[in-house]
Amino acid sequence: MTIPHTEVGPARVPRHWLRMVVIWAVLSAVAIPLIVLVLGPHLPPGRMTSEAGSQRDANTLMTALLAPIVVSVLVFFLYSIVAFRERGAAIVDGPPLRGHVPMQTAWVLFTSVIVVALAAWGSYTLIVSSHGAGGGQGPDPVAVPSHRSQDLVVQVIGQQWNWTYRFPAYQDVETDHLELPNHSPIEFHVTSLDVTHSFWAYQLGVKADAVPGVDNVAFVHTRDDGNFNIRCAELCGLWHGHMFQTGNVVTPVAFKSWISSEQKAEAPNLRYLPPFGRTYFPAPFRRAG
Amino acid sequence: MTTYAAERPLQPAWRGLIGFNMFTALALGAGGWFLGAWIGGQIAVGNDYLIATDQNDVGILMGYLFGLIGWLGGLGFFNYPVSRLLGRPATVREKESGGAARYFTLCTDHKVVGIQYFFGVGIFFFIGGLNAMLMRTELLRPVERAWPAGQYLSLMSLHGTMMIMMTSAFILGPFGNYFVPLMIGARRMAFPRIEALTFWLVPPAGLILLSAIAFGGIPTGWTGYAPLGTEGRSGMDAYIFAFMLIGLSLTLTGINLLTTILTMRAPGLTWTRLPIFVWGVLSTSILMALAAPVLIAALLMELMDRAANTSFYLTSSGGSPYLYENLFWFFGHPEVYILALPGFGIVLEILPVFARKPLWGYKLAVAGMLGVTFLSFMVWQHHLFVSGMNSGLRPFYMLTTELISIPTGFIFLNAMGTLWHGRIRFTVPMLFALAFFFNFLIGGLSGIFLSDVPSDVTTHGSYFVMAHFHYTIMGGLVFAFFAAVYYWLPKMTGVVLNERLGKIHFWLMFVFFNLTFFPLFAAGFLDMPRRVSTYAPSLQTLNDFVSASAFVLGSSMLIFIANLIYSLVFARIPAAENPWASRGLEWQVPTPVPLENFERIPIVNSGPYEYGVEGAPPTATLGPVAVPAAGS
Repeated sequence: MTIPHTEVGPARVPRHWLRMVVIWAVLSAVAIPLIVLVLGPHLPPGRMTSEAGSQRDANTLMTALLAPIVVSVLVFFLYSIVAFRERGAAIVDGPPLRGHVPMQTAWVLFTSVIVVALAAWGSYTLIVSSHGAGGGQGPDPVAVPSHRSQDLVVQVIGQQWNWTYRFPAYQDVETDHLELPNHSPIEFHVTSLDVTHSFWAYQLGVKADAVPGVDNVAFVHTRDDGNFNIRCAELCGLWHGHMFQTGNVVTPVAFKSWISSEQKAEAPNLRYLPPFGRTYFPAPFRRAG
Repeated sequence: MTTYAAERPLQPAWRGLIGFNMFTALALGAGGWFLGAWIGGQIAVGNDYLIATDQNDVGILMGYLFGLIGWLGGLGFFNYPVSRLLGRPATVREKESGGAARYFTLCTDHKVVGIQYFFGVGIFFFIGGLNAMLMRTELLRPVERAWPAGQYLSLMSLHGTMMIMMTSAFILGPFGNYFVPLMIGARRMAFPRIEALTFWLVPPAGLILLSAIAFGGIPTGWTGYAPLGTEGRSGMDAYIFAFMLIGLSLTLTGINLLTTILTMRAPGLTWTRLPIFVWGVLSTSILMALAAPVLIAALLMELMDRAANTSFYLTSSGGSPYLYENLFWFFGHPEVYILALPGFGIVLEILPVFARKPLWGYKLAVAGMLGVTFLSFMVWQHHLFVSGMNSGLRPFYMLTTELISIPTGFIFLNAMGTLWHGRIRFTVPMLFALAFFFNFLIGGLSGIFLSDVPSDVTTHGSYFVMAHFHYTIMGGLVFAFFAAVYYWLPKMTGVVLNERLGKIHFWLMFVFFNLTFFPLFAAGFLDMPRRVSTYAPSLQTLNDFVSASAFVLGSSMLIFIANLIYSLVFARIPAAENPWASRGLEWQVPTPVPLENFERIPIVNSGPYEYGVEGAPPTATLGPVAVPAAGS
C-alpha cells in the first residue's frame, strides 16, 4: 500500500521544509514590523499613565511574539493539507511515522522557554517595574511605588449603579466626577457599598474590583492631560452597562481649583456622609431587582 | 421479553403512555412542584426575613426539590431500591429493548443513553443558541431597543448558563456513553443505572433553568457571583438548583466513566493501545469527579444564604464574596478543560483516520491531556487577578496559567505530525477537525494575553475575554462535537448523513464563526465590557457586523438540523459497517450495534492507529461467532 510513496519520500522531504520555512520567514518578516510599528501605537490602553504604557508594551510584545508562532502553525497546517491531499476515491495509507523524539523534545523545550520567559517578564513588569500594572492589589499591596507617601489618595466607591470618589486629603469630600492632576502619583482605594463592581479607567490602565468590605488598592502615575473613560467591568445588576463616566487628567492648578470648588459645593452634604473609612457597611442588606 | 412483545399489539395506543416513562415523569414532576411549593409556603409562614424580601425562596426551592423527586419517581428510578427493600428479586438491567419507546424511559443500555443525550442536550443547546440570537438583536443598537436591560441580562444569563450546563456533557454524554464501552471492548458501563440517572438529571435541569424567566430572571450571568446572586429575585433559585443538578450529573458521569475505563478494558487493551479519545474521556472524567462537587458546595451555600438567612458570602454579616469566587473558579477553571479535553480527544481520534497514518507522538498526546488535567486545578485565580485577593500570588498563577499552554501545544504537535505526508481526505468530520485547530490556535493564544497580568488589566471583564472563550468553547468544543457527529452518527443511527449539506453547514459555520467572534477581540480592546445591553455609539458598526455574522452562524445550525431530519427521516440511506475504513474497535461491530455490543469480549491485538504498518494485525479478535447472522 505504501510502496510508491517511499520511493519519492526522501527526495521530497527537504523541499517541503524549505518551502515552509521560506513562507514562514517572509510572512513573519512582514507581520512583526507591521505589528510593532503600525498596530502597536493603536493597541490599548494608550500611554496616559506609566502603567497604561506598560500594558500597551505587554500587548504589543505579545502580539509580535505570537505572530510568528501563529504563522508557523498555520503555514504547516495549510501546506500539509494542500500538499498531502488525497483526491482519489481509493483509500490509501500513508507512511507509518509514529513520532520523532528529537523534534518532540525540541518542541517541548521551545514552548517551555517561551512560556517561562513570558511569565518571568510578566512578573517583573507586575511587581518591579510597574507597581501592579494598574491592577487592584487588595488591602496589602505587594508592589508599592517608592514615593507612596506623596501619592494623591482617591477612594473610589462603587454602588448600584454609579461611581463616587472621596478625597481624604481634601476634608473627605465626595464627588460624582473624577479629575486628576497630571504627572502625579495616584493611589486608588476601590471599595463597594453593595455588590461586586470593577473600576475600569480604560485610558489610565486601571482595573480593580470593588468588593464590599475590601479596600482594593491600585497605583498609577499620570502623565499628560486628557480624558479617560470609566466603566464597570464586573456584572453588577440591571444598569451595569450604564456605569459610564468620563474623567479628566488636568494640570495641578486646574485640579486644585476643581477640588476647592467641589469642597465648597459639597460642604453642606458632608455631614450626612459617614466618616471616611477604608470600607463601609451600609445596613441592612436588602434585596433589589 | 417475549411475553412483553406478544402482549403489546393488544393494547390500545394510549396505554403506551401509562407506566414509568418521560410523560409520567413530567406529570409527576409538575404535581410535585405544586406540592413542594405549598409545603415550602407553609414552612415560610411567619418568617419575618422571608416576608421582608417579598419572595418565598423556600417555597420555590421546595417546589423544585419535590418536582425533581416526582420526575425521577415517574421515570422509575425508585423501583429498584424499593423492590430490593421489599425483598423482591432485582432485575439487573432495565428497558433495554422495546423499540422507540425505550428512548423515553429509564434505560440502562449505554447506546440508548448516548442517543438520549444527543437529542436531549442538543435541544437545550439549540435553545441556548436562540438566546444568543436575541442578544445580538439587542446589540444592533448602542442603546436598549429590542430588549430592556433587565430582560437582556436574563437572556444573557440564560444563554451562558444553558450553554455551560449543556456543553459540559456535549461530548461525554452522547459519544462518551455510546462509544467508550465499544472502544474498550466492554458490554456496558460500570454503573448502568447511574449512567441513566446522569442523563435524566439533564432535562429537569434545563427546564428548571428556563423556569427562571417566570420568577424574575437571572441577573448574574453564568458565574452567579455573590452578593449579586444573593440579592437577585427568585430566578436565582432556579439557576442554583439547575446548576446543582448538572453538578451532580457531571460528578456521576465522571465517576462512571472513570471506573469503566479503569476496570473494564478488554484483554490486550494496554494503556498504550487505548484510543486517544478514551484518554480524553479519562482525563475529563477525573476533572468532573474532582471539580463538580466543589460547584455543588458553592451553590449550596449560596442557596442557604438566599433561603435560610445564612451569610457565607455576605460581608456585612461576616462572610466574604471572595469565598464564592474562589470556590466557583476552583470548579470553573477545570470546567473549561472539561469542555476542551473531549475536543482534543475527538480531533486526535479523527485525524489519523483521514490522514491514514498512525497518531504521531501518541505518548506525547497522553502526556498533554494528563498535564492539562493536573495543571487545571492550579490556575483558578487567574480569573481574579484584579479582585484584590492574594495579590502576592499573582506571579504564581501567571506562571501556572502560561505553563498550561505547554501540554496544550502537544496536541498541536500531534496533529501536525499526523498530517505530515498523510493521505488527507477532506470528509466532513475531517473539515471540522481541521477547523478545530485553527479556532483553538486563536482561542488558546488569546488566552496568553489574559494570563499575563499587565495585559489582563486591560482585557479582564471585556469583550476580549468573551471572544477568547467563544473561540475555545465554540470554536473548539462545538466544532469537535460536529466532527464527532459526522464521524460517528452513521454508526449510532445506521444511516448516512448527507455530505453536501454537511459541507455547506461546515463552511457557513466556519466562516461566520470567525467573522462573528474575531471582531469581538477588537471590541474588547476598545473598552467594551462584557454583559452590557448598551455600548459606546462609536462601536455600532462593529457590533452590527458581528450581529449580522451571528445570524448567519445561527442559521448554519438550521442547515444541520435540516440535514439531520432529511437523512434520518426521509432519505434513510443505510450506512456501511465501517464507512471510513477506520481501525477503531467501535467500527468493527455490526451496524446497528447489537444489544450486548460483542458476541464475546474481544481480544485486542494492536493499537487503533496502525495505518500503513506492514503486517499489523487486525485491531481485535472479535471471536469466531462475531458475524451477526450466526448470533441472534
